[in-house]
Amino acid sequence: MVEKADQVFVLLQHWLVSFLPAVLQPAAAVLLSVIAIVCVFPGLFALTTVFERKGLGRIQNRLGPNRVGPLGLFQPVADGIKALIKEDIVPLSANTLVHFLAPLSLVVAVFMEFAVLPMGRNMVLADMDAGLLFFFSMSVSTELSVFMAGWSSHNKYSLLGAMRAVAQMISYEIILLLSSVAVVMTAGSLSLVKIVDAQNHYSGVLPNWYIFTPWGLAAFVMYAIAATAETNRSPFDLPEGESELVAGYHTEYSGFKFALFFLGEYLAMFSISGLGTTLFLGGWSAPFSFLTWIPSWIWFFGKVMISIFVFIWMRGTLPRLRQDQLMNFAWKFVLPFTLLDLLVTALWRFMGEGWLRWVVSTVILAGAYVLMGRLAMYKEHFAPRKYRYAE
Amino acid sequence: MLGEGILKGMAETAKNFAGSFVSAERLTTVQYPEQRIPTMENARVFPFLVYDGPEWQAGLRCVACQICEKECPPKCIYIEKSSDKKPDYAGKQQFYPAKFDIDISVCMSCQICVEVCPFEAIKMDTQFELATDDRFGGLLLDRQQLAKSNEYYHSIHPTEAAGVDGRLAEEKAKVEAKAKAAAEAAAAKAAAAAAPAAKPEGGQA
Amino acid sequence: MGIMFYLIAAITLAGALAAMTLKHLVHAALAVTVAFGGLALFFLDLDAQFAGFAQILIYIGAVAILIVFAILLTRGSELPKDGVFSRTWFAGLAIAAGIFAVLGWAVLASAKALPSETATPAVTVHDIGVALMGRYVLPLEIVALLLTAATIGAVIVALHEKERTR
Repeated sequence: MVEKADQVFVLLQHWLVSFLPAVLQPAAAVLLSVIAIVCVFPGLFALTTVFERKGLGRIQNRLGPNRVGPLGLFQPVADGIKALIKEDIVPLSANTLVHFLAPLSLVVAVFMEFAVLPMGRNMVLADMDAGLLFFFSMSVSTELSVFMAGWSSHNKYSLLGAMRAVAQMISYEIILLLSSVAVVMTAGSLSLVKIVDAQNHYSGVLPNWYIFTPWGLAAFVMYAIAATAETNRSPFDLPEGESELVAGYHTEYSGFKFALFFLGEYLAMFSISGLGTTLFLGGWSAPFSFLTWIPSWIWFFGKVMISIFVFIWMRGTLPRLRQDQLMNFAWKFVLPFTLLDLLVTALWRFMGEGWLRWVVSTVILAGAYVLMGRLAMYKEHFAPRKYRYAE
Repeated sequence: MLGEGILKGMAETAKNFAGSFVSAERLTTVQYPEQRIPTMENARVFPFLVYDGPEWQAGLRCVACQICEKECPPKCIYIEKSSDKKPDYAGKQQFYPAKFDIDISVCMSCQICVEVCPFEAIKMDTQFELATDDRFGGLLLDRQQLAKSNEYYHSIHPTEAAGVDGRLAEEKAKVEAKAKAAAEAAAAKAAAAAAPAAKPEGGQA
Repeated sequence: MGIMFYLIAAITLAGALAAMTLKHLVHAALAVTVAFGGLALFFLDLDAQFAGFAQILIYIGAVAILIVFAILLTRGSELPKDGVFSRTWFAGLAIAAGIFAVLGWAVLASAKALPSETATPAVTVHDIGVALMGRYVLPLEIVALLLTAATIGAVIVALHEKERTR
């Protein structure tokens, strides 16, 4: 019974595919998985928009939207209808082909990222040997779409926003990759399915997730920072800074194309949270060994939704970072720390089991963090402002 | 330590989030139109005409002096004087407006008409939900729509209305005192005129 | 050499031709990105997953963006005044044909050396990693040194400009 609940979607897929002749069955299976992904994640996106607005509202001591439907839950329907019936304005001097292709290529690249995420036991669309690399290649294709969007609008502010967005995304892409390399080093494979399998063991009651190791925790924190910057979320949302650049690189987009950019941003958030849970939080494995009777896909989506909630929480709390502050933070603080984390991971692997490796890793990482923190604050890069006027 | 501020901030917002479900006074949202914030006494939107007593046509304080029409900066008031007179609050015969139109799409709520009115006839209302889909006459208020009772004026601007009532009562008292003095003087004159007329009559017989 | 090869070849050639003939430089840069994508598809068709995805990651994700930044930060975004074809097109065509002939001869000669219709060896990422760190570690370290030198050089060039403008 527990097995069936866990594999209910796989069994459903097999049952639906069995109606077709054997020649068409593999293609039909893949098609069904694709349809499932295309239906589930935009549905989650719709729910996330309303939960974000209500969550931000409650964080700011006010109610969110509560008029459309019970508790405002049909708000995305209203938003969708509005986006669809709005006039599609394309600036006269804009490069029409590139202007049209930019949101399309963004959404296509982001949807491809979902193909390698294992959403439950045996529930991955494409079990590739180099799955992580595929994920990151799709992730960098979104940078090019952002640039295309900003440049084709023929608008100085859009171009500025696009350049800033691309610079930010490239810097934090490196941090994303390097923090994932720590996990790859330990798991020994680039395949996400194997990474989850490596974390699916329990020592006693507690799971073997990588976040519960010193290097894993450090890598997870840096991955979270880089993920927030990759998807242009607050506090790194200068490219779409609503108070500075109107809407940055998607200023000149209206109606459905804007909705596509919005969809692309939220789907990127989902996929990067999905990758984060796969790499660090054990993917679809349960947190305690006595909870394995709950289906695996519930754990996966639960962890992804908790990550989304943390994204929303950070958005409601932190002020926006300036472009130079953002870049300094990436190159001068997080990147050296990532390299140190790689060294510590290697130390962890080669020291063998026992308490010694825990102590050494924790001491090195915590010591480096405190040292670099004090160094940065001594040079007054991150300390609270003491002067009243800007220099 | 680095990152301490971020964690403190996130704890604060978490408290806000959790508290918003538990304590009602945290949420400052007023769910318009089911709930409304009561307007303050000094609020002003568009003018209205005050009338005393139960009948609006008989008790209208406005005497069609047309001062507000002349002083209005965007010229949104249109007055037509009547040809006959009717008694006002102190009993004196006064003209009254046959037509009094205010175009509230033009009115800029400057309150100059209220300040210059010598008869305390036009005051500022506080109703703002006046949106209409009638493009041509919906925002042109005529005499009947503008006339509102003194009790209504008391309900929206209590201290102001009390002050106005006091002033009007004083005026009325003064007028009545003058009338009484005039009546007494007239009676004394009549008595003095009657007394010498009675004396020669008495002298002849 | 099935239908996939010809399809991917068509995409790559179309991208490359568009990159040569388009007047607007940014359009040409985006067309060359399509050509890069075509090359990545070739790698994937040959089951070389690591090479294919690394191609997308590096070429489309970094090199294309670099080209585009370079075009925008210089005055390359102005349209060329006298068309895309230079006056020395014949010499260029001859040199390109010569290089193509040499490369083609090299490929065909090596293909004759290998027996055809053998199963391609299944190379996993693990094998590539082991080879890079084992047999090819010297070229790897030399490339790393080269990249470090390039990075330091870029920082120095940028630093110098900052001092001059102050």
